[in-house]
Amino acid sequence: MSIMQISVFLENKPGTLKKMTGVLAAHKINMRATSLAETKDFGIARLVVDDALSAVNTLKENDFVANLTPVLAIEIPDEAGGLDKLLESFDNASVNIEYMYAFTGGKTTDHAYMIFRVSDTKAAEARLVGKGVKILNQEDIEQI
Amino acid sequence: MERYFQPDIECASHEKIREIQSEKLIRQIKNVWENVPYYRKKMEAKGVTPDDIKSVDDLHKLPFLSKADLREAYPYGLLGKPLKECVRIQSTSGTTGKRVVAFYTQHDIDLWEDCCARAITAAGGTDEDVCQVSYGYGLFTGGPGLNGGSHKVGCLTIPTSSGNTDRQIMFIKDLSATILCCTPSYAAYLGERMQELGYGPDDIPLKAGIFGAEAWSQEMRESIQKTMGIKAYDIYGLTELSGPGVAFECSAQNGMHINEDHFIAEIIDPDTEEVLPEGEQGELVFTAVDKEAFPMIRYRTRDICRLTREKCSCGRTHVKMSKPMGRSDDMLIIRGVNVFPSQIETVLLNNGYAANYQIVVDRVNNTDTLDVQVEMTPEMFTDNVGEVEERQKKLIDGLKSMLGIKAKVSLLAPKSITRSEGKAVRVIDKRKI
Repeated sequence: MSIMQISVFLENKPGTLKKMTGVLAAHKINMRATSLAETKDFGIARLVVDDALSAVNTLKENDFVANLTPVLAIEIPDEAGGLDKLLESFDNASVNIEYMYAFTGGKTTDHAYMIFRVSDTKAAEARLVGKGVKILNQEDIEQI
Repeated sequence: MERYFQPDIECASHEKIREIQSEKLIRQIKNVWENVPYYRKKMEAKGVTPDDIKSVDDLHKLPFLSKADLREAYPYGLLGKPLKECVRIQSTSGTTGKRVVAFYTQHDIDLWEDCCARAITAAGGTDEDVCQVSYGYGLFTGGPGLNGGSHKVGCLTIPTSSGNTDRQIMFIKDLSATILCCTPSYAAYLGERMQELGYGPDDIPLKAGIFGAEAWSQEMRESIQKTMGIKAYDIYGLTELSGPGVAFECSAQNGMHINEDHFIAEIIDPDTEEVLPEGEQGELVFTAVDKEAFPMIRYRTRDICRLTREKCSCGRTHVKMSKPMGRSDDMLIIRGVNVFPSQIETVLLNNGYAANYQIVVDRVNNTDTLDVQVEMTPEMFTDNVGEVEERQKKLIDGLKSMLGIKAKVSLLAPKSITRSEGKAVRVIDKRKI
């Protein structure tokens, strides 16, 4: 049920991020969600797109170091306490979060979407099943 | 079975080799005394005459020749034969000062090509082989030397010269090249490109590579061998002495046999100029006893290495030199510490990075800074910032323990460092001293 996130290495110099978005634009790749992690020396861009495999290959062909990482995409109500409630389920299931980011829907207005990178995706999924948590698959992402 | 190009010489007894050396040395010294005023003046200044040179044991009595002498005598001052007997010049790139212009008679070309032929044979080459020479042709000695050697062995020679990487790979594939001659940095680039094109070691017909003209590490050798599925052999030389082939590696792959019948090697203490006993590390000094047009007597190479006469498994008897860490010209002095680019390369490859790197030295607030810039690879990348940082830190620690000084490590985007088709530019020294 997990989806694939693209992680891209970005050298720490002006224009690197723009070079990446330029490649995505030229190949008409629409980003659903994105986040940027940075240190003083380099950055890592994280992207969720419709066709992760084709997008990661496009980036590699354009001399980027990029890979695919399984992440959990979860739909929550776009309201106060929405995330808190979800994290309670994580807590109860002892799921450890490495990083997360959020995006809101295009067609729907009452939902927000959270992307979670957890240490063991498969185990986390198993533990969250049946806990009222709506985990999205790749098709769901394309529908948003 | 080990093959030799000139077995009588390559496997001659030490006594026999010394006999040859003595005979040639006496003749050479007589020649320069009579025909090269520059040498005669140097010998007179040291109070030596040809009568003092009775055998190779008297070599130490002769004055040294340095790169400064070459500069002073440029262009014709060291000629051992009249120009009309010379048939060729070759020249260095001149990156470390004035370029060296070396002269050759037909005899000199022959002996040079023989040396290269010995190297190709030692790498397993025979007249059944297809030898692609991807060293630059022209003034640079790499292309012409190996080209001539390949002809002498009887290999089918593909004179691609350097550059046009995809065409290089096309020739290797289409004509089933079995031996590749180029600089190690270009070999690494060719390997990288072959991988990109989807060729594994089994798809590449090459079986051996002869790589030289720049310093490279054991780790780089292993990486090239794995990528292309070949055995990679080192070759050593310098334009002053002819070019590649002054020394070459054999099947043992642990040091290079010096072609002692043409080049007498000594190791000296670079500061006191004293000759050091066998096995000690010091500066390599060569006397070219057979060369006519450009006879080098006790030429200081500035290469630091050691010599060994231990019995070699290949059966060759000529003395072996260890791989020099690099020319002393390449050595950087950073915060008072001697640093060779090849040491940095060793640490990078040991830590999982590729040999695509550049070393930037600068001086900030009167302190030297060392920035090792290396390209990120898919193997070293994860989506986890902490892990990437940890690997970066491991590299910094590795550099510290190898060099004894702290370096900064910059992770660069792939392909951001220009690939070399000849000698790689590894160091950018921005210090204004």
